[in-house]
Formats: sequence, C-alpha cells, structure tokens
Amino acid sequence: MVNIAVLVKQVPDTNSKIQISGDRVDLSSVKMDISPYDEFAVENALQHKESTGGTVSAITVGGAAADKVLKGVKALGVDNIIRLDYDGFMDSNGLQSIIAEEIIAGGYDIVYCGKSAADTGAGSTGPGIAERLGWASVSNATEVKFADALTVSYPTEGGDAIVSLNLPAVVSCDKGSIKVRKSNVKGIMMAKKAQVDVKAVSPPAASVTVVSQVMPPAKPAGKKFEGASSAQTVAQLLRDEANII
Amino acid sequence: MTETIVIAELSKGEINNTTNELVSAANLLGNSCTVVVPCTDSSVADKAGKISGVSKVIAAKSSVFENYDAAAWAEAIDSVAPSGIVVTSASAQSKDLAARLAARRTISVVQDVIAIEDGKLSTPIYSGKAIQNVSVNGDSVVSIRANTFAPADDSGSCDVQVIDTTGNVTTALQEMVQRASERLDVSEANIIISGGRGMGTPANFSHLENIADKLGAAVGASRAAVDTWDEIPHSMQVGQTGKTVNPNLYIAVGISGAIQHLAGMRSSKYIVAINKDADAPIFQHADYGIVATWEDALPVLSSSLSDLLA
Repeated sequence: MVNIAVLVKQVPDTNSKIQISGDRVDLSSVKMDISPYDEFAVENALQHKESTGGTVSAITVGGAAADKVLKGVKALGVDNIIRLDYDGFMDSNGLQSIIAEEIIAGGYDIVYCGKSAADTGAGSTGPGIAERLGWASVSNATEVKFADALTVSYPTEGGDAIVSLNLPAVVSCDKGSIKVRKSNVKGIMMAKKAQVDVKAVSPPAASVTVVSQVMPPAKPAGKKFEGASSAQTVAQLLRDEANII
Repeated sequence: MTETIVIAELSKGEINNTTNELVSAANLLGNSCTVVVPCTDSSVADKAGKISGVSKVIAAKSSVFENYDAAAWAEAIDSVAPSGIVVTSASAQSKDLAARLAARRTISVVQDVIAIEDGKLSTPIYSGKAIQNVSVNGDSVVSIRANTFAPADDSGSCDVQVIDTTGNVTTALQEMVQRASERLDVSEANIIISGGRGMGTPANFSHLENIADKLGAAVGASRAAVDTWDEIPHSMQVGQTGKTVNPNLYIAVGISGAIQHLAGMRSSKYIVAINKDADAPIFQHADYGIVATWEDALPVLSSSLSDLLA
C-alpha cells in the first residue's frame, strides 16, 4: 500500500486581473482556485492509488480560506485533507522545511505536486523538499507510469527523457496528455462533511523579505497600421528600428 | 567581499551565451565571481575563462553530468562550489537544480530574477501580471531569466581549475525520445511566431511555420488553440498555464490577447500583432500592430522578410 501525498495550493484564478494597492498586490476581490498544475498532480496521485492501491493525502499551507481547495480535491477522491496552518509570507526555506517535516511525520512514500504554482511560478517546492528528504525527484513530468518503480517522462533540450526512479520520490507535474477528472455531486456532498486536519507549524525565520509588489512597467504605445500591405512596413521596422532581422 | 558562484549553462555540450548574462547578474550581486562548469570533459570549461568579470573557473568533472539527475547534480556541484550567492539560469532544468542546491544548503532560492537594483531582486509574480521586489539576507541561490541582463563580453582570461566530483544518481535514463518536429522549442527561441484560434484550422499553422523557417523562429500557440485542436500540443502553449517566454521578437497571429496569454509573453523585447479585430487587447501590448486578416497579411510579411533576408 503506497502512502501518497499531493501538495496543493490556492492561487488567484489565472484569468483574473491582478491589482496593486499601496505597495502590495490586492487579492481581496480576486476569485481563488486550485493552482492549475496541481490538478495534474492530484490526477496522477489518484491514478497511482488506483493502479497500486494506497491512500492519497492532500496537503496545503495557508489560513482557513485555503480549506476550499482541500474540499475541492476531497470531492475528486482524495482520502485525507491536511492544512499546515500558516497565513503569512514564507521564503522557500521556511515553506520547504515545514512541508518536509510533515512528509516525514506522515510516513509518505511519494509526493506529487504541480511543476510550479500560478502565483510565484517558482517551481522550487518539489525539488527542494526532495533534497531535504534525500529523495529522488523528477520535475516537469508529462507522463507517469506506476509500478514498484515509477517511469516518468519530462521534456529536455534533447527531446523527451524517459527515466525510472524508485520510491521514495517527488514528482512535479506538468500538463502532458493526462485528462483530469471532474467531481460529481456525491463527491461534493461527501467533501462538505469532511474534516480538515489542521496542524500548527513553526517555520524558521525568513531570510527573504518582500520589499514591494508593483505593476510591470507600462510599455510605450506602439505603432498600429491598417491593412495587410503594412506588413511590409513592419518588416522594414523590424530591421531598421528594432534591429532584429 | 561577497562571493558569487555562477553555475554555467550548457546547451549541446557547450557553454552558451546565457552564461555571460549570468556573470553580469552575479557582478551586480557581489564582487568576486567563480564560474562552476558541470562537465564530463574539462576542456568545455575553457570558454568560461574568457568571460570578463570572472575571477575563477572550476571545471566540475564527473560522469554524473552525462545525463541530468537533479539529486546527483546538486550533490556534485555543492561539493565543489564555495559558499556565497549561487547564480543559475532560469531554464526549466536549472530552476530545478537551483531549488535542490538551495535546499541542500538550507538557504532560500529566488527564481526567475529579471532585474537587480541596490541588492534588491525583481521577479515576476502571477506570470508577470505584477513584479515582486525582494531583499535577501545572507547566502541564497538566485536563478536568472535569460535575455534580461546584457551579457559580459569575452575579453577576460583566467585559469581553469579541474576538480573531480561525484554524486549519487537516483534516476535511470531509459530512453531519449526525439521530438517529432525539428523545430526549436518556444522556450529556447529568440524569435517566436504564435497562432491563436483565429488561425481557423490547425493546418493553417503551416503558414506560421513558413515564416518561422525564414526567421529561425519557434512556433507557439495560445491556450485557446491548444484546447481546441488536438494537433496543437501543449508543448507549444505560451501563457500562464503554458510556457513563459521572453524572446527578442514575438509575433502574435490571430491571438486576441487574453490575460492568460499576455502573462506568458508580455516581457518579449518586441511584439508584433496581426489581428483583424482593431480592438483586440493584444494591440495594447504590441510594438507594431497590423490590423488585417492573417490570410492577407502573412503573404506580405513572408515576401517582405524574404526580400530583407536575401
């Protein structure tokens, strides 16, 4: 029986507009959702369980508002939902150390996560916790085959690498060809009643401090031309003005 | 004296120009730069010795560098790299390595840095919809987006020290599957031409390929195109749930400019938009906008480029 963990994170819906208030991003009117790549991690975790037997525990870090994302994956068929209760900024060292502690405490064999979260886009958590645990890892996995050892595909400069790795391991998941399941009414009803296992954590002091969050510098207005014949003008500008071609 | 350690970026077994950009970034973070070159053959490292602003080159020689293995690479590089601020590229593989190295040293990692000012690091958040500025206390690992820092020139000269190293390999490469297409991946290209659902059919992407061939460009796609047509793979998708790119030139054809897509390409140096809808949001981000159907505009663009490149 494989003890499977999947890391999920609540982030602003990727279609939402991000606004700044003062010198911080203002998320008060933004719709929150599960980070897109985490959906592939959850699907891989569930398929792993269905293929070899086991249990799947979803773990998130955040305040009570993050329970929504846990209920959402519970409705998909995750067995246990766990929230590491911390609602402030953590640097990668802090975040990875509390997650690694939880992975050890839970006795997990494998951790799935998204290749990066849609807010920071960093992609550090998967490989970072693998290093802390002394585990193997593959990042940006586009296909996972489950057996005693995993077979994982991921893109490289030279083509798609297909590697095998033994558990324990961390796999960070890209989109690939996997289709994610949708929740049904029964799952949603069950998830409503499910208890979130809330755990207190105490991350080490951060060495990274957020100084400010700002809008990207506005681009000066460009040149807009009407009609297909202007494509010739644009080609010329790409040579004379932009020095690109 | 702040020590910086640049992990050289290699492509096809050679140190590439991104490494010169990393040295420039490192010299904004500290004042003594060591370049560590992961290699199986130490002669590869000679090129790093010529980069200006480098005070030392370490050729980290090991058979583990034949194929990528995150655990083994981190261990092998960690054992030869001095302590300080470690600088890597923000390619997919190097971000993975950066995270491993930082965790190994129990320090933090700051990924995708696009600017450094007074020791403060700027990184895109929400796929570039906003920028976060951070300060870091003590050692860290920092990954740098390619094409954002001016490369250091090749007028330097310093010796290369070869150190044999090793690490514990945890993954076994079974097969390397060549890509079906010979074309560059969008994450590696200096010029990208992308199509959206406005292309009408996936077969019409051949018109983009025609121009890509002239420019040595990669062909990308919007999420709408990838979601609509099975023939357009996710590997081509540019945007928040696809690849984030910052080429010198990005040509968006039949792409309206959804927030999702803009997030993945807005940092491109020059943006050309071709769209029949004059009000398409993409035009607000375009350096050069052409209001026309792609059917009319692409043949003109194609022949103009042929004339210029002849």
